[in-house]
Amino acid sequence: MTPATLFLAMALALLGLVLVYVYRIAFGPTVFDRILGLSGFGTKTTLVLMLMGALYDRLDMFVDISLAYALLSFVGSLAAARYFERSREHG
Amino acid sequence: MRALLVLLLAGGLFFHAVAALGVLRMPDFYTRLHAVGKAETLGVVLTLLALAIWAGPTLTAAKVGFVAVFILLANPTSTHAIGRAALRTGFKPWRREPGDEP
Repeated sequence: MTPATLFLAMALALLGLVLVYVYRIAFGPTVFDRILGLSGFGTKTTLVLMLMGALYDRLDMFVDISLAYALLSFVGSLAAARYFERSREHG
Repeated sequence: MRALLVLLLAGGLFFHAVAALGVLRMPDFYTRLHAVGKAETLGVVLTLLALAIWAGPTLTAAKVGFVAVFILLANPTSTHAIGRAALRTGFKPWRREPGDEP
């Protein structure tokens, strides 16, 4: 098995595992479950982007994209947590 | 080197699977937070370590390591912030009721 096959297998496995987080985002009983699912989803997307870069042999480009995605996902989940802390509705 | 890559990727996949299992099966929000905060962070760091080793001693590998360190700091921070927000909003942590399945 070449490293490219390994990375492809890892990316496909991660895409399968992301379905659990999608389930949590769609059906999570509370709004904080949804934020948590979104945070995990962003982390997984960062990884899959990086593995895609390794597959296309352009890791130097994709690593910047995934760094920006990780930063945005982190700030986004912090902002969402702050926002829903104020409101008392557990939708 | 290939054996090392297989080992690191398999370890990362294991911890990702544990995190996904926790998110799917844990009984309430705080316990799910626990699964994402720890298991997923370790899975991400192991996977990124495999990528950095594959890239060799280049600037790209240093950037991959930087992303790994950032996620190592950011993922527990964001789960902590979400948990604190939930606690302040007034969610009670789950307790086992006497009649529950063990």
